[in-house]
Amino acid sequence: MPHAHLNLHEPTGDAVETTTCYMCACRCGIRVHLKNGRVRYIDGNPRHPVNRGVICAKGSAGIMQHYSPARLSKPLLRVGARGAREFREIEWDEALALAAKWLGDIRARNPDELAFFTGRDQSQALTGWWAQQFGTINYAAHGGFCSVNMAAAGMYTLGGSFWEFGEPDWDLTRYLMLWGVAEDHDSNPIKLGLGKLKARGAKIVAINPVRTGYGAIADEWVPINPGTDGLLAGALIHELLHADRIDLDYLVRYTNAHHLVISAPGAADDGMIARDAQGRALCAARVGDEGPRSTGYRIADAAGIGISPLVIGEYLLADGRTAVPAFQLFAERYMAVDYAPDAVATTCGIDAATIRRLARELAEVAFEQAIRLPQRWTDAWGREHEEMIGRPVAMHAMRGISAHANGFHTCRTLHLLQMILGAIDTPGSFRYQPPYPKPAPPPNRPGKTRKDDGALDAGPLGYVHTPDDLVVDARGEPRRIDKAFSWQHPFAAHGMLQNVIANACAGDPYRIDTLFLFMANMGWNSAMNTSATRAMLCERDPASGEYRIPHVIYVDAYDSETVAFADLVLPDTTYLERHDCISLLDRPISDADGASDAIRQPVVQPDRDVRPFQDVLLDLGARLRLPGLVDDAGAPKYPRGYAQYMVEHERAPGVGLLAGWRGADGAQDGVGAPNPGQLARYVEHGCHWHRAVPDAGRYYKMANRDYLEWAKSLAFVGSTQPIVLQFYAETLQRFRLAARGHGAMQPPDHERARVERYFDPLPFHYASLAPLAGEGAEGGWGEGSSQAFPHPDSLPQAGAGVAHYPLAAITQRPMFMYHAWGSQNRWLRQIATRNYLYVNPRTAAEHGVADGDWIWLVAPRGRIRVQARMHAGTAPGTVWTWNAIGKHKGAWKLAADAPENVDGFLLNHLIDESLRDRDGRARCANADPVTGQAAWFDLRVRIERDAEPRRDGHRIELSGPDG
Amino acid sequence: MTTLPPPGAKKLGLVIDLDTCVGCHACAVACKEWNDGGQFGALPDEDPYGAQPHGVWFNRVHSYAVEVPGLVIGESGIARARAPDATSPASPIPDSPFPIPGLTVHFPRSCLHCETPACVTVCPTGASYKRAEDGIVLVDADKCIGCQLCAWACPYGAREFSMERGTMQKCTLCVDRIYNETLDEADRQPACVMACPTRARHFGDLGDPQSPVSKLVAEREGYALMPEYDYKPVNRYLPPRPRRGGCADAMTKASSPESLDTAQLPGVLRWLDRVLSR
Repeated sequence: MPHAHLNLHEPTGDAVETTTCYMCACRCGIRVHLKNGRVRYIDGNPRHPVNRGVICAKGSAGIMQHYSPARLSKPLLRVGARGAREFREIEWDEALALAAKWLGDIRARNPDELAFFTGRDQSQALTGWWAQQFGTINYAAHGGFCSVNMAAAGMYTLGGSFWEFGEPDWDLTRYLMLWGVAEDHDSNPIKLGLGKLKARGAKIVAINPVRTGYGAIADEWVPINPGTDGLLAGALIHELLHADRIDLDYLVRYTNAHHLVISAPGAADDGMIARDAQGRALCAARVGDEGPRSTGYRIADAAGIGISPLVIGEYLLADGRTAVPAFQLFAERYMAVDYAPDAVATTCGIDAATIRRLARELAEVAFEQAIRLPQRWTDAWGREHEEMIGRPVAMHAMRGISAHANGFHTCRTLHLLQMILGAIDTPGSFRYQPPYPKPAPPPNRPGKTRKDDGALDAGPLGYVHTPDDLVVDARGEPRRIDKAFSWQHPFAAHGMLQNVIANACAGDPYRIDTLFLFMANMGWNSAMNTSATRAMLCERDPASGEYRIPHVIYVDAYDSETVAFADLVLPDTTYLERHDCISLLDRPISDADGASDAIRQPVVQPDRDVRPFQDVLLDLGARLRLPGLVDDAGAPKYPRGYAQYMVEHERAPGVGLLAGWRGADGAQDGVGAPNPGQLARYVEHGCHWHRAVPDAGRYYKMANRDYLEWAKSLAFVGSTQPIVLQFYAETLQRFRLAARGHGAMQPPDHERARVERYFDPLPFHYASLAPLAGEGAEGGWGEGSSQAFPHPDSLPQAGAGVAHYPLAAITQRPMFMYHAWGSQNRWLRQIATRNYLYVNPRTAAEHGVADGDWIWLVAPRGRIRVQARMHAGTAPGTVWTWNAIGKHKGAWKLAADAPENVDGFLLNHLIDESLRDRDGRARCANADPVTGQAAWFDLRVRIERDAEPRRDGHRIELSGPDG
Repeated sequence: MTTLPPPGAKKLGLVIDLDTCVGCHACAVACKEWNDGGQFGALPDEDPYGAQPHGVWFNRVHSYAVEVPGLVIGESGIARARAPDATSPASPIPDSPFPIPGLTVHFPRSCLHCETPACVTVCPTGASYKRAEDGIVLVDADKCIGCQLCAWACPYGAREFSMERGTMQKCTLCVDRIYNETLDEADRQPACVMACPTRARHFGDLGDPQSPVSKLVAEREGYALMPEYDYKPVNRYLPPRPRRGGCADAMTKASSPESLDTAQLPGVLRWLDRVLSR
């Protein structure tokens, strides 16, 4: 008998628990198999709506994250200099008393002296609320350097977005365009979806400077030059308009394309939508049923039904002024020769014939292959329809669009491209995920004034609708430490974490007392200008000798680079050791066919003296006696921690963090009294809750009564009024008018030109890779953009220009580390312990660089020595690397000679957090001027050979004041 | 030397779709995790947090950039169509500053459970053996002396040796899952197949022509790796489907270029007379 010990029926473990993964932002359902009290195996939960049983490399490697030697084990108090990693272990009581002392003093003095920022946080529904109760306006998570361009452009345009608030119709789409999507959000649903598309034979087009991952299995790779996607989308719009391959009926039904825009140059309402006395938007409509030969029109309620709106022409308003339909302004812009394929080809790096063909393919699939789904539904106006018309063209966009200073307008261009194809929330197109759509933009404004109890009047983050909503002082200058919601970045809906340390250090706009960070690696890969940022964290005021940022509190489960810069370290648990919730009030995990939320439950007990961050935050809040965190007698309201808060806290009557099993008997969804047995019900159901959208409500959600009534019953929307897609973003025009001198709230003079330019209510392209003034156009591929689409933030800067820095440099994270916390995982690091600079072979040949050579990557900020690898799947004008694999020696419990420390590198050292003038003074953030999104991918570089290309060794050599 | 059992009807194996694999390593890590804690484990890691971490993996994913057949990179680095024969004077595609891309292929590699595996026949102790009942090739660690002859014999690099254990290890096709009555029936599949997020991996009986995997192989022209060695691998790979890029694309047939002759159409005024309805 061979193999005497082979046992085919050995149980996996002795117990299995469900919970939710935390290895990235995907938040899949997992089953944790336990054996003798230890984690034996983690696999995907087949019943979970996010991942349906599959699990990615990170998810399986979660076991090694849980048992990582880099886990922190005790609160730490700094005893040496900042950055020296010299700490003394202290007890929790001492740690929390110290934190409470610092924060209590601040709250009594000026709550805004606390800057509370979280990184890859997944509990913003708690942290944002906590900041509001504390009373600081200086709160945000990491969206400012992640994807706020996607979120803001979507929310201001559709009331939903790419990313986590929408998805392609994986079951019905026949043509998927992936714009700037590499290995990213949201991980497993995209992979499952791509698998479906492949099996069905749908065409996938990857528009990306780099062909890896998803791009590798696409039918077509369009190797676009970084930052020019808006121009390509504009050229596709140009083609579709010229060919008259657009869905005008969709536009007038679901968008504001037919709304009349006041044409009154110089007036306070120029460019605004014409409204009647009741505030109803107006349009021009044909009179009677005279058909196309009718020349008569009337000014009508644009929301009216049974009318025939006009989308072209100049119309007389009741007050004698004229107005034109928004569509006409749009068509005039995009039909102009600026956006013709031949005009954009060189800048985009894509030949005109390909652009024309892509436009033809889009039109062909949208219109000739239209879907007619035999599903009865009732529209928001009460009309019944026998079928749902689908335009099976879907788009998804992500980091590659977002991380440019033109990302907001680029993303809006993509949404308008989808709108003219009639491809928003139809069968086969992009689809909303509940609780989206919401009104565009959603009604919640950022909090900015403190109530008598010290709490802010609203959460610190929100959507700015008018200049009055900005968080600025009487002079119009920024009030937030990161300058979010200021005239510099009015729609900074996620804050601007990437600028907090530099601003706090410079005292611009003011100094803070305490920087409180959770899971934000600002001492390394989450920081722009990393070397300088590390120095800033250690910088002292020459007069007092004190640190410029007096206190740094840091919470993390692992010994990351940022730990070194903390005065007080509060050790968090791993994700398998705590309660957590994935709330619909936060970043939902819904899919287009249903609403979902989920919990984490502790499946193992910590073997270290660590506490869940959420529990610590509630404890601190009670010690500070924050409103909502203590009862009338001053006793803690949630002594049993976050698990209690998740169940008992109500954001509005009947609405809490979890939507499932509400009401005393657990019979209510969405709205209902707190249910003491709620968590037990979640655990019984695999730690998630899912409610399917009714069949009649699955599409046209923005104007589908069946959907809107369902959504209202769950408190996702306040009314069943249709949500009008903002083809023309009137909200932006309000800021432009302020810049032109209208209204009580106006930008400071030095911001006027910038606001006027960027707050264009129709999207437009401008050069993102700033072609700096004074440079000739010789040689670089960006010359087209420097003339037709200038980047107005560019000022003369010595030696910085297209000719000197002809290449774009970008990063992405590999799928096996995407959005994961640390690459010290012993299994994942065997897949890659270091990164290389990937270069197109042709580009390498032009520079005399061979595969494996060490070269210098040079940017205005300085230069880094990196090892080059040839990669044919890289556009010739681009170089790239895997991000966040390079580590700093001393962190993550890696050996000093680990390749992560020795050969791995970050591009971040070369990416400034500010745009500077010729003298090196920071002028404004290196960010999207509308949203404050960090412009990581605007980096321009050149390659220089090293005298000894075969000698190993990464080096950083920076110039300028911080070098 | 170890003898092979008589050929059996049942040939369990994997079918891996290279058209759909995105190279995410989910299969490799799920495999490592299942087997590390299971009865074929541990899968040791050496120097796990040091300079040269390496460990035992039963499944590894490799990525290749390949050029599209028929396209060559010219001296200028610009891709052009390969001349159909040596006498053709010029490329049919004129010089263009726009590169014509190749393919990136992700290739997961594990034991192919060959029908006539040399790794078994070279084994001096009978540790490496092929199961008669389903064709799975296994290593009985109790009998393995760590001579590594099997690794030399396997042309596919499917075997892994760790100094720490001193024995050979390899893919078991999750033999301790696929029959395991303590698991739900739906879970009785290899860990890599369960994990694969694009569902590019399929498990089944390739000896049964009516099985779903056999049908898939027939439909997609699945192929065996290096058949010339005559080890008769059971696993099959499905090739990348033809990419529908620029030309000869069914997608664009219906819309001829003429229908989009933009010069023939007026500007925005064309929509002035359009009767729309709300």
